[in-house]
Formats: sequence, structure tokens, C-alpha cells
Amino acid sequence: MQGKVEGGVKSSSQCGLKSDLSSNNTSFFSSSLSLKSLKLKTKQQALLIRVTILGLVYVLAFISRLFSVLRYESMIHEFDPYFNYRTTLFLTEKGFYEFWNWFDSESWYPLGRIIGGTLYPGLMVTAALIYWAIKFLRFSVHIREVCVLTAPFFASNTTIVAYLFGKELWDSGAGLVAAALIAICPGYISRSVAGSYDNEGVAIFALLLTFYLFVKAVNTGSLAWALASAFGYFYMVSAWGGYVFIINLIPLYVLVLLITGRYSMRLYIAYNCMYVLGMLLAMQIRFVGFQHVQSGEHMAAMGVFFLMQVFYFLDWVKHLLNDPKLFQAFLRITVTFAVGVGAVALGVGTASGYISPWTGRFYSLLDPTYAKDHIPIIASVSEHQPTAWSSFMFDFHILLFLFPAGLYFCFKKLSDATIFIVMYGLTSMYFAGVMVRLILVATPAVCLISAIAVSATIKNLTQLVRAKSKVAHSGAGKGTSSAKASSKASLDQSLPFQRNSAIALLLGAFYLLSRYATHCTWVTSEAYSSPSIVLAARGAHGNRVIFDDYREAYFWLRQNTPPDAKVMSWWDYGYQITAMGNRTVIVDNNTWNNTHIATVGRAMSSYEDEAYEIMRSLDVDYVLVVFGGVTGYSSDDINKFLWMVRIGGGVFPVIKEPDYLVNGEYRVDKGAAPKMLNCLMYKLSYYRFGELTTEYGKPPGYDRARGVEIGNKDVKLEYLEEAFTTSNWIVRIYKVKPPNNRW
Amino acid sequence: MSVIYPFYCHIISEVPVTALPDSNPRAEREREREREEMGIRFDLFILSIALLSAPCLSDLVLSKVDRRVDLTSQIVRITSTLKVENLGTDPVSEVLLPFPEHQAKNLAYLAATINEGKGKAKSSAASLPIEVAHPKEMPPGLIWYSVSLPKGLGKGERLTLDVLAVFTHALRPFPEKISQAENQFVVFQDSAYYLSPYAVKVQSLSVKLPSDPKLESYTKIENTVVSGSEIKYGPYENQPPFSYSSIIVHFENNQPFAVAQELVREIEISHWGNVQVTEHYNLFHGGAQSMGEFSRLDYQARPHVRGASAFRHLVAKLPPRAHSVYYRDEIGNISTSHLWVDSKKTQLEIEPRYPIFGGWKTSFTIGYGLPLKDFLFQTEGKRFLNFSFGCPINDLVIDNLILKVVLPEGSRDISVSVPFSVKQWHETKFSHLDMVGRPVVVLEKMNVVQEHNQHFQVYYKFNNLSLLREPLMLISGFFFLFVACIVYMHADLTISKSSASYLAKLQWDEVQTAIQQVQNIINRCLTIHDRLEASLRDLSRTGDVQACKATRKAADSSLKELSKELKPLVAFLHSSPQAAQILPKVEELVVKERELQEKLMSKHSTVVDSYEKKTGGREIENRVALIQQKLTALRQEVEDQLEAID
Repeated sequence: MQGKVEGGVKSSSQCGLKSDLSSNNTSFFSSSLSLKSLKLKTKQQALLIRVTILGLVYVLAFISRLFSVLRYESMIHEFDPYFNYRTTLFLTEKGFYEFWNWFDSESWYPLGRIIGGTLYPGLMVTAALIYWAIKFLRFSVHIREVCVLTAPFFASNTTIVAYLFGKELWDSGAGLVAAALIAICPGYISRSVAGSYDNEGVAIFALLLTFYLFVKAVNTGSLAWALASAFGYFYMVSAWGGYVFIINLIPLYVLVLLITGRYSMRLYIAYNCMYVLGMLLAMQIRFVGFQHVQSGEHMAAMGVFFLMQVFYFLDWVKHLLNDPKLFQAFLRITVTFAVGVGAVALGVGTASGYISPWTGRFYSLLDPTYAKDHIPIIASVSEHQPTAWSSFMFDFHILLFLFPAGLYFCFKKLSDATIFIVMYGLTSMYFAGVMVRLILVATPAVCLISAIAVSATIKNLTQLVRAKSKVAHSGAGKGTSSAKASSKASLDQSLPFQRNSAIALLLGAFYLLSRYATHCTWVTSEAYSSPSIVLAARGAHGNRVIFDDYREAYFWLRQNTPPDAKVMSWWDYGYQITAMGNRTVIVDNNTWNNTHIATVGRAMSSYEDEAYEIMRSLDVDYVLVVFGGVTGYSSDDINKFLWMVRIGGGVFPVIKEPDYLVNGEYRVDKGAAPKMLNCLMYKLSYYRFGELTTEYGKPPGYDRARGVEIGNKDVKLEYLEEAFTTSNWIVRIYKVKPPNNRW
Repeated sequence: MSVIYPFYCHIISEVPVTALPDSNPRAEREREREREEMGIRFDLFILSIALLSAPCLSDLVLSKVDRRVDLTSQIVRITSTLKVENLGTDPVSEVLLPFPEHQAKNLAYLAATINEGKGKAKSSAASLPIEVAHPKEMPPGLIWYSVSLPKGLGKGERLTLDVLAVFTHALRPFPEKISQAENQFVVFQDSAYYLSPYAVKVQSLSVKLPSDPKLESYTKIENTVVSGSEIKYGPYENQPPFSYSSIIVHFENNQPFAVAQELVREIEISHWGNVQVTEHYNLFHGGAQSMGEFSRLDYQARPHVRGASAFRHLVAKLPPRAHSVYYRDEIGNISTSHLWVDSKKTQLEIEPRYPIFGGWKTSFTIGYGLPLKDFLFQTEGKRFLNFSFGCPINDLVIDNLILKVVLPEGSRDISVSVPFSVKQWHETKFSHLDMVGRPVVVLEKMNVVQEHNQHFQVYYKFNNLSLLREPLMLISGFFFLFVACIVYMHADLTISKSSASYLAKLQWDEVQTAIQQVQNIINRCLTIHDRLEASLRDLSRTGDVQACKATRKAADSSLKELSKELKPLVAFLHSSPQAAQILPKVEELVVKERELQEKLMSKHSTVVDSYEKKTGGREIENRVALIQQKLTALRQEVEDQLEAID
């Protein structure tokens, strides 16, 4: 064998380099032949690789969201998901008809809430359908497991849509990169880990699907794609209030295309079909109803719709007239007329109240300072705060740098599709800057644009590397004279060290991408996989300590209070109390009635006797407060208290914020304002806390969450009594005493 | 103070009560009132019995009765040792045991065994069958049980019976509501005399209280002695039938009064080797109701003083080799539990989410898996499950126990054997991959205590082949899925076969196949080129010119054939409008290939010629070098072109 190979080497000088690798001797030759016939064609290879990568990304997107299940358990997280879970349970137990007509008397006592008409049913119906499908396939699973895994499942589906979208925008390479990026992007994972059973989990999928289908429709001018995009829009409307973003972005995009002279029949078909059908379908959702024709937020879409007709009409007239001068005159008249009619219609509609003005939420999106001044209830939610730079970095990591690069590539190769993604990226980035939670909406755009950057860069670099290597490869085998010539030729073509620098850049890109993957995994496991209802901390010996106080309290409520008991708490805990405690609440996270919430805020910030009157008028049996003074849990009611005061004061001027502050400072120690020290919230939080030593070497009544000794250690309750306090004091429940006998 | 039963009814309320000193006069007054109420109620009950005259029963006489009442837990266990003697002439085969109605409704368990002397071990004695009896002409208000003796008791014969009666809810908390700091006191009532239709010669009663008892009060009649944690009544001699003298013991009892209102145990058999047990508990504290504030601070600081009556954990003794133990409730996992495993048992200590005070409720589920071979056996072609009936938690009173045995799908001929009477019916349960559902045997029993932890058997027939049904179902499911996919990929689902786009698509497909064929041909040409090159290498090694020429000949003919094949394809591509875009590339490819072919041929001829002329290797190389260079470049180009067309 050895000899044969040597012979081959000798002969290679005569027979050329072509064969030196493929076959060193004849016996190898025949075998390589048979292998070659088995080998897949390049096209098939590409398909196989693509499908494999997509499959792996699909699985990856799912499993990287399972940290919370492994760390904790298969449970529903946070606040809103508990409401969704409760309604899904209701839907699966009672059926769709009952669900659609559900009047819930367990929340917003005594007002109640029409659930069917005030929610986006997409998520619940989706989960119920999955549940029924699984049941039909003869697998007996609990609906909770379905709900817990709905968000990861849809995240996986989103990766597929991202791939298709990327392919539509750029090429299949960009699609693959986009799928991989979005699969682990923390900005998306934050809302779609297992257990985070929220509208957003499904809605991002629907959002991206709608956009993809619309872009596809614009690119092809096919009615079928436009129809599909209308259905995608319908699904989005049924799932999340964020559909307003779609119904404003798409008209904006169409407008931009019109202005830049990219009007085409394809666009006309895509937009008209999508808008008309999408609007009709969206009206089937009770919560949305006639808003498409009646509310200010949807008027842009309608305006653009009419504008499209005018454009089409003008096109037709231009075709008929065949005279530029005449047409110019006609154009002027028509445009003035159309704009005038539109403005008058809008004015009349607004003035007569037919078209409702923009809502506060919409304003607060456009103007970050609006909510702070006008709607404290929106501003009080932490996820409605303007985004800090650090959280951009946290959620996007390298995408933050790749995003501008991707924009550059998009501008370099402008098409209808890239214009769309550029607009989507820029607008959503702006909104992400206004509100933390809207980072979620920006994530797909950022991932897609970054994917374009990554894909284009790597493609360019690899082309450089491969082209050079071919020349180098062939040059090496040639005779000395020809090698010289070829190297000369290549020197003429390219810069020195181009290949090396390309390799270095490639390595750099891979390093960055691997850093991104590490960062995403770390963020997912450390920051976004905590259910927030179970708190975990490290003990003194490094062991994990679990504070399960919320569930302790809710379960106590469920078991040991009368079934018709009414529980008053700040609205954050409303959904959890109804879902886990199974008791009626006064207010909950569906903040539809500001006055009601303000009443609760007023009760919490009044003196006990005044609060008692309010509570009696609301039939309150139990009051629940969250208190972190013992454990150092900082998002408790005392820290939220100023918002209660503000919201209460916004409706009831009796409550004045300065009464609770000392020199504009919020404090709970001895220097606190007297009203603060004696208001209901303070009393309920610190009842008998003055007798407790929380930390070694500190006086009794040392509040660990705020790091001060409390100012009022002798809290006496007259109208309430302690009913239950959890083992770490995080949740405290008080019973409202019945009125004293008159004689 | 011995009274004959029908006439003593009025005495009860005058029974002297020894009140222990109490610092709180108000509480004392309340208690006094409560006691009076109790007395009055009792009067009525006794009165109703007294209205009937007591008939004389059989000739049995109880020569000695020892009763021991165990009040150390929430469950009252009364062990009575009866020495029965037949004074009559007829042999007697059954002994009657009456219980007042108020006691009988709390009676959870009753067992009688024959005590055959001190030397014998107790375990050897099998318990005797007991039935509810309805003897005629007896005073009302009594529930009768009759113990059937293994053989009739002849004249003058003697027998010793051990009777164990277990009562639940027999200890009444008094006061009924206590605050967090107070201890729990309970009241127990019974008769100082053994209630029996037979005359009793000598009898005694001892009441055992929890250790270190705080005895609030007890009924004092003659021969009453308190020693340590025991109160002894008697001995009393020669009591006529139906003697009754109420005694009341009021004492502190902070034992956990854990009562399960309902316990549903589900035992699911999987013939893959696992028995899955799931137990749903619905617990409450059956002692004195808690009232007023619950202060976590007090409870935290001194849990055994401020919260003495509450219980914070329960211990479940699971069978050995239990695995996958979980403990959860409706809203999720409960993290406060500990598991100890050794070879004999598995001990699970569970702590409810919050301490359970009087009247507080909780509910939870525990589940565990057990190895099948420990519990499933075979006999006479039938399989049977041998499992414990009661619940694994000690000292738990279960008001209503529902036991479900879920057999595998396809089980037949199901029968159950339980050592005591239970309600029984069948259900169907649907679980993973079930088509007709799994048969479920449901057993229901009220008032269950630890004494019911006996084994019961469920017999059924099951074919081992049925085991394979579910995997086969899965496999065929996937199979059909893949088949459906394949069918979908190959089926033409176009609705309109004449539409322009469909025709265009068809054409495009044709063009694609044509291009693929072209590619195939080019590839084959390339392999022929390779073969030629190889022949040249062989030539250089062996110098066999003839072989080389033969190869050349074969290559020539096959190349010719290939070019023939190529022609119609290229012509087709020319004619097809769809191929317009790709046509130039294909043409270029063909041209390049032709060029490559020519060059190669010329190289081949040159080399072969040189060999024939015996030219030196160096020279050949020089001559071929130029061609070789061209060849390499061309080959590269052809391959690039192929890729581009792809």
C-alpha cells in the first residue's frame, strides 16, 4: 500500500493535480465513484442543511425557555397569566359559548366584569384548541401544562416565520440567521418563557406572521397572500392590543411607498385586500368591535385606504388623458378635493363624537411624558417606564450594534421588502425607547435586520476566503513558472492580506455570535426564568431558600375564608387572588375603572376609621397587603404606596401627595410624615412589626427592605384584625371586623 | 351509687362533679352551663331508653370486665376484656355488644378476638365475625352488634373475649372556640359501668389520658382514683344488665386533630412495571375552632405555646421502594416536605402551606410510584393486586375514603375482596392512548381509621399481548403521518389544471428536469475524463500503452453517446421560453465542456504518442504542461458553471 501511494505521488507530477486528492490509486478510484453517486446534489445538501438547522433552532427556541420549569416547576408566572389561565380553564370546562358570554362577578366587586367582551380571546382559544387536539389524540394532559408550554411553542413557531421573513427580505441565509437570533433573543424570551402565559407569547408570532404575509403579498401581488395576511391580522387582533401597531405601521409603510414613487398594482392589491378583510374580521372580536371605523387610532389606515383609491383613479385618468398638462391640472384639483373631503370628514366625525379621540395609552406612546402627567395608573406600571440603556444592552446585546449595520445593508439594496423592515425597525425602536415592554415588539425587527447584517457580512467574507483559496490551491500544484504568474494575477486583483483579514473578521464574527449565545443563555437562566410568585434566595450556606409566601396566603384565602368573601388589595394582586385564592376582589390587573382603583388607593392611604367607612361601603371582608420588611423583598406595597396616593389623589383630591412626604422625601422611619405613619397601609404593613427583631445587631422593627427602623412601632388596629400572615411575612391578610353592636 | 338502669335517669344531673380550681370565674360559669346542657341532653336520651322495660336475655354472665379507654390521641380506642360464662343450659353461639346510638354513629372499627390465656401470643387469635344485630324487645336507642363465637359455649363453659372499639369524633372540644394562645380542652363521655344486656359480676374501667395531663374536671363516683395520667373507676361488683352511669372527663388534649373530610386514593396499575398511587386529601382541624386574631409573631416566637393546638406537619409512612414522590395542591408544588428512605419503609414528612389551627382547612395531593412486583401477584390464571386499604398517615381520621383501583385497559373478570364492608361500584377512566377506557373499581367507606390499614385484593384477568397495543398505536400513528406527508408531497393538488400559472409551473418543472439531465451528462463526461487521467497515470507507472489505448477507445465511444444525448436536451431548452434566463449559462457550460474534452484528448494523444516514441518523462511533462494548465482552468470553470446553474 505504502509503495503504491508513493508511486502515485511520483506520477502526480506528470498527471496533474486534479487527481492527487480524489484518487491515490485505482482501487480508491472505483470506491470514490460509487460514493459520488450516493452523494447528494448541492441543492439537496443545501436543503438538508437548511432543514436541519431550522429543526435545531426550533428545538432550541423551545428548550431554552424551559429553565423555569426545571428550576421551579410547571407553573404560571407573574400576574396577567393567572387571569389568562383562569379564563382558559373556564373555556375548556364550560365551552366557547359560555366563555363568550361570561359575566365575572368575582372581580371588580360590586361592578363585575364582562369577561367575554373585554378580553382578547386569541390566547385562550389557542391554548384550548391545543388542549382539545391533544385530548383528541388520546393524551391526557392537564390544561395547566398546555398553558405553561404555549409560549415556548409559539416562540418556536416564530423562528420559522422569522426564517421565511428573512428569506423574503434578503435570502435564505439571512432567514436562517434571523431564526437563530430570534430563538434566543432575551428581548423575546422575557415574555415567552415556559409559564409566562401571556398574550404577548402568541402575539409576537401573529405580528411577525402578519408582516411576513403582507410583505409577501406586496412582493408577489397575489390575492392569496394578501388574504392570508388579513387572517394573520385577525389572529393578531384576537390575541393582543398591540395590533394597533400593525394597523398604523402598514398604512405608514404604504404611504412611504406612495411618496417614494413605488406605487404598484401589487401594493394596491395587497393593501386593499388586507385592510378591508382584516377590518371586517377584526370587528368580530367583541373587545375591538367598531373601533376600526370609529376610533382615532385606526383612522390612518382608513385615510391611506382612500388615498390608494385616489391614486388608482389618478392612474386611470392619466392613462385616459394622455396629456401631461391637463393631467397636472386635474391632479391638483383632485388632490386638493380629496384632502379637503378627508379633513372635513375627520373633523365632523371627531366633533360629533362618532370618531373617538386617541386614548391615553396611545398618547403616552407618542409622548413619553404624557402618562406621568395625566394617567398615573399607566405610569405606575414598571413595564411602562421609559427604557434604560442598560436594558437595551441586556435584551439585545450585539444586536444593538448589528442593527445599524443591517440598516446600512437594507439601504444599499432598497426594495419594497427592505423598506418595510427598515420602517418596522425604526418605529419599533422608538417605541421600545418609550416603554420597556415594547422592546418585545422591536425584537423581531432587530433580529431580522441584524440577521441581514450578519448574513451579508459573513457571505462577503466567506466569498473572499473561498475565492482566494481556490486560486491559492490551484497555484500550489502548478509548475513554478505558472505559479508566479498566477500569484501576480491575484495580487493585481486584490489587496494584500485580504484573505487573512477576512479570516480574522470571520473569527471575530463567530466570537461575537458565540458571546451573544452565551449572554442569551445566561440572561434567560438568571433573569427571565423566575416565576415571580415563588421567590428564591441564597441561604447562608449557599443553599437555595424558597419563599413561597404568595401561594401560602392565596391558598389560605381559598381554604379558610367564606366562599363569598371580598378581598381588597392593591390591583397588582387581583388576578392572582381570583385565580389562586378563588375569592372575589375589588380591583384587579385589568385596570378598566380608574375610579374604582382610586377608591382602593384612597382607602389604603386614609386613616383607619376613614378607610373603614370606605371598606364597609365596598363590602370588604379581608384586606391583603404585601410586605417585604422581614425578608428585604423590595417590590412590596410600601414601596408602591406613593402610586396609590397619586392614583387615589387623582380622583379624590382629599388625598394629597405632600401629606405623605417630608421635604419631598418618602420615608417610613421616625422622620416620616404623621399621615404616613398612621395611614391604613402603614398600619397594616407594620402591625406588630415593632416587636420583631429582623436582623442581628439591629433594633426591633428594622425594616430590611428599606433599611431603616420604622417610625411607628406601636400600631394598634381598631377596625381590623390580623387574620393571617405568611411565614416570611410577605403577605399579610386582615379581617375587617363587623360593626360594633349599637347597644 | 349503683343504680338499676331504668330508674336512674334523674340522678344524672346530680352527679357530683369535682371541679378543679379555676382562676377565671366567667369561664367556669360558662363551663358549668355547658355541662348542664349536656346533662339535660343525656337525660332525654336515657329517658327514651327507660320507657321500655328491660327483658331478661340469655343466661350469659360476664364474670369479669376490664375496660381500658385510650384518650391519648383524637381517636378513642376502648379495649374491653370480657370473661363470658354460660350459666344456662343451652349452648350460646353469639355474644351481643350494645352501644348507645350517639356512640355507635362514631364507631369506626369493632373487632373481637378470643383471648386464650396469658401465655399465648395475641397475634395468633383471628378476629371473630361481627354483624349488626336487631334483637327483639330491647330498649331503643341502642345499636347492637353480635359476635359469633367459633363454637357454641356450653353450660358452665367460660371464654375470654377481647373487644376493640375505635371511635372517631368522640372527643368533643370544649370550649368549642379558643384563641390562638389557649390550649384545647376536650370532653369525653362514657358510662362507668359496662353497658351490656348481661349481668356483670366484677368490672373496672381505666381511662388513659395524654401524658402530663391537665385535667379540668372529671365525674367522681365511688372508687374513683386518679393516678398520673390515668383515671380508674371500680372495681364495681354485681351490676344488673343495662347498668349505666355517665362519666364525663374534661381534659387538655393538644394532639393533632387532623380529620380528612374526604380522601380519594387512586391506585393505577401499569403492567410496564409501576403502580402509581395518588392521594387527594381534604383535611381540616377537627378540634376547637380558632377565633380572634392569628398572630404570626406569637406563633413564630413560641409555636408550642401560642399555637399548641395547631399542627404543622403530618408523617406518611409509604411502602418501601416508593419512588417519584410528589406533594402538591391545586395551585402548585409545596416545597416543605422531607423524605427519608430506607430499606423497610419510606417516610414522607409533609408540611401544609400553613399551620392548621382549629377549624382551618387545607387540601393537597401526594403521589408516588411503587414497583409492580411488590403488589401484583398471580393465582390460577388471574392476577391480583394486594394493597393496603387505609391511608399512610397515622392518627388521621378519614370521614369518607374513596379508593379507586385503575386497572389496565382490557382487564376482564374483575372481582374484589375486602376484609370489611364497603360500598363498591365501577367506573371508566380515560388516560393516555385509551380507546375504550380503563376499568376502575371504586370502593367507598365512611369513618376510616388506622385499624383499617388491612390488605384488600382486586382480582382480574389481563392478556399480556394487550401491553403492546399502545406502542403499536403510536408507531402506526407516526407511520400514517409520514405516509400522509409522502402522499402530500407527491400528489398534485392543483384545482384548475388549465390555468396559466399551473401550465407555467409544469413547464418550469420540465425545464428543471432537462437542466438536471444536462448536469448529469456533464458530470458523467467529467468522470470519463477522470478515467482517462487515471489511465495516463497507470501508463506512467506500468508503461502499458495498449491498456491506455483501450481506455481511450471506450471513453471516446461513451463521450460520443453522451454528446448525442445532450443534443435534444439543449434543443428543448432552446425551444422553451421558461429556460431563457438559464440558457446562456447552460450553453456556456456545454461549450466549456467540449473544449475541456478536446484539450484532454489532445493531452492524452500526446502522452500516449510520447510513450510509444519512448520519450523521457521530463520531456513529456514539458510538452503536456501547457495543455495541463489549460485543462485545470477549464475544469475549474466547468465546475463553477455547474454550481452556478444549481
